[in-house]
Amino acid sequence: MLKQVNSSKDLIHLIKSGMTIMAGGFGLCGIPENMINEVAGSDIKNLTVISNNIGVDNFGLGKWLTKRQIKKILASYVGENKEFEEMLLKGEVEMEFVPQGTLAERIRAGGAGIPAFYVATGVGTEVAIGKETKEFNGRTYILEHGLTADISLVKAWKGDAAGNLVFKDTAQNFNTGMAMAGKITIAEVEEIVPVGQLNPNQIHIPGIFVQHIFQGTNYEKRIERLTLSNQI
Amino acid sequence: MALSKEQIAQRIALEVKDGYYINLGIGIPTLIANYIPDNIHVTLHSENGLLGMGPFPTEETVDADLINAGKQTVTVLPDGSFFDSSMSFAMIRGGHINLTVLGAFEVSETGDIASWKIPGKMIKGMGGAMDLVAAAENIIVAMQHTNRAGESKLLKQCTLPLTGTRCIKKIVTDLALLEVSDKGFVLKERAPGVSVNEIIKATEGNLIVEGEIPEMKL
Repeated sequence: MLKQVNSSKDLIHLIKSGMTIMAGGFGLCGIPENMINEVAGSDIKNLTVISNNIGVDNFGLGKWLTKRQIKKILASYVGENKEFEEMLLKGEVEMEFVPQGTLAERIRAGGAGIPAFYVATGVGTEVAIGKETKEFNGRTYILEHGLTADISLVKAWKGDAAGNLVFKDTAQNFNTGMAMAGKITIAEVEEIVPVGQLNPNQIHIPGIFVQHIFQGTNYEKRIERLTLSNQI
Repeated sequence: MALSKEQIAQRIALEVKDGYYINLGIGIPTLIANYIPDNIHVTLHSENGLLGMGPFPTEETVDADLINAGKQTVTVLPDGSFFDSSMSFAMIRGGHINLTVLGAFEVSETGDIASWKIPGKMIKGMGGAMDLVAAAENIIVAMQHTNRAGESKLLKQCTLPLTGTRCIKKIVTDLALLEVSDKGFVLKERAPGVSVNEIIKATEGNLIVEGEIPEMKL
């Protein structure tokens, strides 16, 4: 089976309404822009979205929100998206806030075949409501469940036709775990290099986790908070 | 005179020790990096996947792929490293971070903290704050002592949804440095020119004042 395709257009048929989708990125850093735009241009709806954030107004996952394509979201922080905050306050979208470290670990666990695990994060807060607890060494922990997705959309810096991925700087973030946790993982990369050119010692995600890969185009890579040393 | 945000950061910087790995939250905590003395070497952790965070970039070095947890563009120092989110929180949850500084809406006299949600008004989410306060042994809260209406933010019990329980041990506000004990807030230092009475008035939770309270040295 050939993993490499030409563009996001060749893969959009894999995504159906009602699916659970993971989308990598932290804020707008390392988001799969091509696949996000492809879904935003389709009539796919009722998606459950797992992502650390939900883009900004009308960029990144914010586009899905504007088009009312999202039924439910699991995220740790949505503060950069005013439209979402309003929809949430009005009850127009379901939301599960997940502490960021718990979210990362639930995704990693899901991809690693671990159904659940205990953490201290959230004990005594509303995050713990309805969750099983257990004491270890005199401290209370809550049971958190692993997460998987029908489709994971991830973005890497470089990749090859075998699906091996290398990330750059802090654009790695949630992409690594999500690549592991997708039943089908679609990786878009800035550059596809010939097989053999990536150093096997430096691959972040081995190709076993990636079902489809393509070289993305027209990356905007928008900066949320441009902060320069001479401004402060 | 109440401390400015910069002075709160300056006071907290005195708590930093050589060799520390530190996570600084958004807002006042970010400013602390500016006041760490040159003879102390610390490594800044940013939970989006960066250890060895450097100063903000110039126009020439700015890179959309390199940001901090506050989504600001930053740089990486020569001894720095990048990693994914689950490893980043393994550093936090596993107790490898020596000091965490973050902001708060409210802190209670038992060390509970509320910092992520104001029901009906503001729902942004907790980000990494719940993980940080549940894991860190050494947490300092940087906050204003009272809100804009002059009401205390150091309470008997938090009124807002909690970020964590019984986890805060030290607080630096614009008026004072306090520690949290089994019996409530313990006043340790006053901001220069601020009287003990002003601090008592601004603190709703139980405040323990023992002996002469020294002025902060900045």
